[in-house]
Amino acid sequence: MIQRSPSTGEWVFYPRVIAPQTGATDLEWTEPSGLATVYATTVKRMKPPAENVSIAIVELDEGPRLMTHVHSIPAEDVFIGMRVRAQIADGPDGKIVVFEPERPE
Amino acid sequence: MTRGAHLRGKTAFVGAATFGCGEAPGYTALELAAEAGRRAIADAGLTPSQIDGLFICLPTDFLSGLTIAEYLGIRPAMTNNSRTGGSAFLTHAEWAMLALEAGLIDHALICYGANQRTGAGKLVSAQMPSPFETPYRPNNPVASYALAASRHMHQYGTTSEQLASVAVAARQWANLNPEAFRQGPLSIGDVLASRLVADPLHVADCCLVTDGAAAVVMTRADRAKDLAKTPVALLGAASATWHHEIAQLEDLTVSAAKESGSRAFAQAGLTPGDIDVVNLYDAFTINTILFLEDLGFCAKGEGGAYVASGAIGPGGTLPVNTNGGGLSFCHPGMYGLFTLVESIRQLRGECGDRQVKDAKLALAHGNGGTLSSQATCVLGLLETV
Repeated sequence: MIQRSPSTGEWVFYPRVIAPQTGATDLEWTEPSGLATVYATTVKRMKPPAENVSIAIVELDEGPRLMTHVHSIPAEDVFIGMRVRAQIADGPDGKIVVFEPERPE
Repeated sequence: MTRGAHLRGKTAFVGAATFGCGEAPGYTALELAAEAGRRAIADAGLTPSQIDGLFICLPTDFLSGLTIAEYLGIRPAMTNNSRTGGSAFLTHAEWAMLALEAGLIDHALICYGANQRTGAGKLVSAQMPSPFETPYRPNNPVASYALAASRHMHQYGTTSEQLASVAVAARQWANLNPEAFRQGPLSIGDVLASRLVADPLHVADCCLVTDGAAAVVMTRADRAKDLAKTPVALLGAASATWHHEIAQLEDLTVSAAKESGSRAFAQAGLTPGDIDVVNLYDAFTINTILFLEDLGFCAKGEGGAYVASGAIGPGGTLPVNTNGGGLSFCHPGMYGLFTLVESIRQLRGECGDRQVKDAKLALAHGNGGTLSSQATCVLGLLETV
């Protein structure tokens, strides 16, 4: 769930008490499509045997961008423009939103 | 009327100093900053008791303005330890300009020091961890700049070789600066062969981790002429902030330097073509490309080709980071103040083998956070006022 302001139609991430720019206060939790496109990508290079880690910024189809991991493929294979879908995964301090390449149905 | 145009040339830098650049074992950040401050005050021909405006931020001391006033034994009428990351000191110059011109203070000291190399052994940051980025453990700050670099490469075809040419030019300048910490030959191949940290950035695309301190003294232009050294006028100073975390920057290939630069140039009544020497905050090689574009020295997207042409190195058409920059000179964590010191030294003609001939106008540019806070100062000899 991410926030959306019905009065402005704007989707907001990260969660705030007011919408940026407009200052709208009618933010509501709304379910986004879960679909996104990779906007920028890098590989956090690790010392072997640890695996390299994907660090990416994805743009949700609804507009907002967030930092995330793209999982289930090697970090080096993530590319800008790649279509991805949100998943919930275990993070270092609890559940986190990650993305996986979208596979055609 | 252009905002701030009446401030053009009303204030001047009259003292500048560095201290402990590279390794300064045994010194605390406070001691380094105090010694740089003492040297800058002496450079101006002033005494500490004449400083009535104090501007500082130290790596971990959030009340460093109070600490350094006590340490130096001065009683400033205005104390400012505002933080915007590595750009802070150029914003300090902007505030000092206003306070001096308003007559609230007569002599401003801006100083900084850090011992992250011999103290902590790594970059010391006072940033609040983001609840929305920290769970992904990005290796910041490099990851954020790597993301920007990936976007620049995607949109404009910028290459790793072009990024590397920034590090090579910085090293060529550093080899002419006896104070530079990292010297010796460096080729594009060397940069590309160095370890990848966060693609596309290698170790050699990243700034150093060193100790070091810097300080400058400012006063009103009418007082400046009576002091010890050639005054360097502040012709324009402006800053801009668009975001904090990298994911919130609207376009990762455009920084707020676009706004700070155009405002500073407008105040100064100058254009990029007028500038003889540029010193900008090169935390990573992508920074130099982004800022040269955003400040108007080349068109957006052409920065890669511009730096690879040899324009920014010794003998090039636009000398950039003539001290060797954060990449090869020194980088104690918040490098911005060193861009002012080097600009002042170039305009005074104090730069020895790396001196830019007949330099009359310089631009200093600071960056804070993850491309977040941008601050630009345009400096010139009195004859340019």
